[in-house]
Amino acid sequence: MKCIAFIQTKGGQATKASLEAAGFATRIGETVAVVSGDINGDAGLGAVGINRVLQGAGDLDDSQLGRLVSAAAQQEDASVVVCAQDHLGKAIAGRVAVRLGAGLVAGVTEAPEGDSYTRNVFSGKATAHIKGNTDKLVVTTTPNAIGMPPPAAGTASIEAFNADLGERKVNILEAAAPSSGGRAPLPEAELVVSAGRGMKGPENWGLIEELADAVGATTACSRPVSDIGWRPHHEHVGQTGIAIRPNLYIAIGISGAIQHLAGVNGSKVIVVVNKDPEAPFFKAADYGIVGDAFDVVPKLTEAFKAL
Amino acid sequence: MEFLVCISKAPDTTTRIAFTDGDTRFNEEGVQFIVNPYDEWYALVRALEIVEAQGGKVVIASVGGADCDPILRKALAIGAHEAVRIDAQPQDAMQVAAEIAAYAKGQSFDAILCGKETIDHNSSAVPAMIAEHLDVPCIALATSLDYADGQAILTRETVNGIEKISVNGTFVLSAAKGMAEQRIPNMRGIMAARSKPLQVVAAQGAATGTRIERFALPPEKAGVKLVDADNPAELVRLLREEAKVI
Repeated sequence: MKCIAFIQTKGGQATKASLEAAGFATRIGETVAVVSGDINGDAGLGAVGINRVLQGAGDLDDSQLGRLVSAAAQQEDASVVVCAQDHLGKAIAGRVAVRLGAGLVAGVTEAPEGDSYTRNVFSGKATAHIKGNTDKLVVTTTPNAIGMPPPAAGTASIEAFNADLGERKVNILEAAAPSSGGRAPLPEAELVVSAGRGMKGPENWGLIEELADAVGATTACSRPVSDIGWRPHHEHVGQTGIAIRPNLYIAIGISGAIQHLAGVNGSKVIVVVNKDPEAPFFKAADYGIVGDAFDVVPKLTEAFKAL
Repeated sequence: MEFLVCISKAPDTTTRIAFTDGDTRFNEEGVQFIVNPYDEWYALVRALEIVEAQGGKVVIASVGGADCDPILRKALAIGAHEAVRIDAQPQDAMQVAAEIAAYAKGQSFDAILCGKETIDHNSSAVPAMIAEHLDVPCIALATSLDYADGQAILTRETVNGIEKISVNGTFVLSAAKGMAEQRIPNMRGIMAARSKPLQVVAAQGAATGTRIERFALPPEKAGVKLVDADNPAELVRLLREEAKVI
């Protein structure tokens, strides 16, 4: 079975989520990668087992990217197209599926088992095993779920790839990157320190930042905290914010409403610090400390620094 | 302005999830269904705000059986002008998107608004599929929509942060947080909704692309291991030696 992996790049390198997608594709069959625009070397793709990269034009909108990836799949006679279920994947996977007449399995969380794919449903409260009804299939992989493929020693060859991409219809007027203070972006972060109303006010977030720095984690927050403006919206994790699945999620002063859990229940290990022993979050946690955040967090920070 | 807002029926957020028929079907017994929150709070409310300010019409559409009608009435009570139910049981994203696109093709909507995902299937797949069927742009994860001199100006979340963009002509968007705030329907809206048009149209019989073989519930958590508040170093040790995450 032949696969196409669409790779998103940042600064010429494949994103972590895209490398996971490429590794996933290589488990299904021989995989050719597709990129849009300039890359550094092979964008890191040889190291995940990719031998060939098709390089299309840069600066494309979602419709043009859909055409680029579909044309590559047709040229290579690929049966499966894989990309990450990230912001861009959500904009183009459906387009590629329609162009190829392929079913779409979105947000797969485990390695493929034959022609069966596993994904989360009901906001992480259950999983579903999905099969395709079509000859071709588009599969997107949830970031931080599959894990990185074992390193390979190869280097991928780059081939220019041209296709009829149509005209650009979306114009970018401004782009702004949120200041993450040099930390990993939340969807990719493996370690996350998150806090809620238990912190009593934005002036106390220094404690959370210090803990995050000691852990090497990205900071996040609960919905009430972003709604009242203590923290920016892009830090809000939960059902209405962003769903994350880090290896370690430390929740400080968050009660654990079902809507919050829906955004973090994919985390490998959950630590809850809350002064209320009845907080529902403890039921979903692996480790917990019952105690006042203002007392526990500085001590926890010191303990991490001592590592 | 004329907007089409896609509405999905979803189980209430607090629903206890269970399956039936050998784990092949969601057990709907006793389940309270709601308008998918992203469709309602973000997509529908923003469409209404724009139409209230600039004039026009908001049509809502859903693919479903008669069991969808209460959901459509709820969206009409919030303020939508007309509802369309495409009469088919929704099976997967490919089928639903093809049905919505087939309906929208004959109309002249300025934009088609969807929520960023449904809270039951969480695929985020339908908006881009509708856009490809109609050969128009799809603005995924849009956080604002405004019109300036007839041109749509949007912001959207990207891997790198936030982008402000403009789009010419019709487009599809999937709405994320920031687009609008939840509206509670008032008694007048609920009364008015009863007499608003709810048209049932025949489905095209669009094909599906995938099928669910079976569902599974995640393994139960082993239970929380509590660490003394005066000994956080023990927690750090457990994270390193037992959980092996740091």
